[in-house]
Amino acid sequence: MTVALERPAEAQTRWAPQTLLLARRSIVGTIRQPTVWFPALVFPLLIAAVNSAALSRSTALPGFPPVESFGQFLLPGTLTQGVMFGGIIGGSDVALDIENGFFERLVASPVPRWSILVGRLAGSAVLGAFQAAVFVAVFALFGAPIEGGIPAVLVLMVMGMFLALAVGGFAAAIGLRTGSQEAVQNTFPLLFVMVFFSSAFFPTALMAGWYQWVAERNPITWMIDSARDLVISGFDVRDAVQAIVVAVGLAIVMVFLATRQFRRRLAATA
Amino acid sequence: MIGQLTHRGVLSMIRIPAAIVPVVVMPVFFVLAFSGAFSAITNIPGFPTTNILNWMVPFAVCQGAAFAGFGTAFGAGRDLENGFYDRLLLSPLPRQGLVLGPLTYSGIRSLLPLCIVVPVGFIGGARMVSWGLGLLMLLLAAVGTAVVAGLWGLGVTYRVRSQRAGPIVQAGIFVAMFLSTGQVPIAVMTGWLKWVAERNPFTYILQMARQGFIGDVTWQHTWPGLLSLLILGGVLGVFAWRGFRRLIP
Repeated sequence: MTVALERPAEAQTRWAPQTLLLARRSIVGTIRQPTVWFPALVFPLLIAAVNSAALSRSTALPGFPPVESFGQFLLPGTLTQGVMFGGIIGGSDVALDIENGFFERLVASPVPRWSILVGRLAGSAVLGAFQAAVFVAVFALFGAPIEGGIPAVLVLMVMGMFLALAVGGFAAAIGLRTGSQEAVQNTFPLLFVMVFFSSAFFPTALMAGWYQWVAERNPITWMIDSARDLVISGFDVRDAVQAIVVAVGLAIVMVFLATRQFRRRLAATA
Repeated sequence: MIGQLTHRGVLSMIRIPAAIVPVVVMPVFFVLAFSGAFSAITNIPGFPTTNILNWMVPFAVCQGAAFAGFGTAFGAGRDLENGFYDRLLLSPLPRQGLVLGPLTYSGIRSLLPLCIVVPVGFIGGARMVSWGLGLLMLLLAAVGTAVVAGLWGLGVTYRVRSQRAGPIVQAGIFVAMFLSTGQVPIAVMTGWLKWVAERNPFTYILQMARQGFIGDVTWQHTWPGLLSLLILGGVLGVFAWRGFRRLIP
């Protein structure tokens, strides 16, 4: 089958509604899969509950950030962990579209090529923002106030959205490369390791040796530490900018990778 | 027959090396990650050792052993899906062997995390206070945990009759182990977790497993672990057997 490489002129003027339609499909599809997003909400909260009860006395250790509770320390790390769990969905859905042939139908249609990828990742991004809001609410309910107030909450939601886009982009790159949902799911341990080798669960100042060295150079640490300062110390523009810039930077890199794989897939489909 | 089914399990382990990954790689990662990230928690008053590896290595071994038991259930689910279990049920072999064989294989498989995680821990700096008895306690805890996890997994799998039981089995094992003294001792815990951990049998199994790493092996710290394994084995054994009975036409 010959893929149309030249889009009809009238299709070029309808890229916005087409992209929104594909994004809506992704978002609705995500909402309709509670078995996918529910664990991404529940498991991080369960782990946070256990860690808070197990490690609350560590807040008295010299060098631990001045927090009202361990939960306050843990919020940005839990948000990061949860978004990473849920961000896989976007890439998995790309692989699903390839497996069931829908991808080829989209490519054969006159929709803009980039909207196929962007639309698919929209579901992950919306889930990321939603997760951030849920985690903030639950943590606040259990004694982990956000000193930075509403502006800090908004920053966390934007950070969550872009981090989900980054994870979704990475997963989409794998999905486009392999065309397999299983391969996408198998990238989860790698993301899990990235979160663990960061300041998500404990301050880097209290780590030691090679582990501390690795954690301090992990971009996830830079993002989490800035977000944590917003939660613990109050709103600061520098912290807000750093948290969002790191998340946006990761998103740009991963979406670029996904775009490269997308072009290869298109070339293979032609 | 138990020997033949055990042999079949061991052969599958050799022929599918990827199946060994969660039993070995996850515990090793756990030791590295937890001891690296949480090394400072040994400074909390009430922590029984100053060496985080001494605390984490036994937990990682038991965690790997639990994964070994989980793998048994996964194998049973695969056999149920592809019809091999029906052929086993049609054969004139004793029924008990169909359960005991995989459990024996679980116990053997639990030696893998023991043989790999402990040396890794020693290389990282873990040290034992009581070597011979301490390793024996760790071995008992690992094999017992594998059998208990295997019984839980088989009980669930026999009821679900497919590999889809996997997430439920994993979740049960994960929750049971983390709501115990996996990360910190009871003396350091606060709130609801302390209450749960004090009543969680895995707390006493881990206490038995850790003895040689944080002090001398004593009967006082051994019998609760043995009793927990016996009780869990009994309860989950009934659970698994009753699930197995449902498979028999």
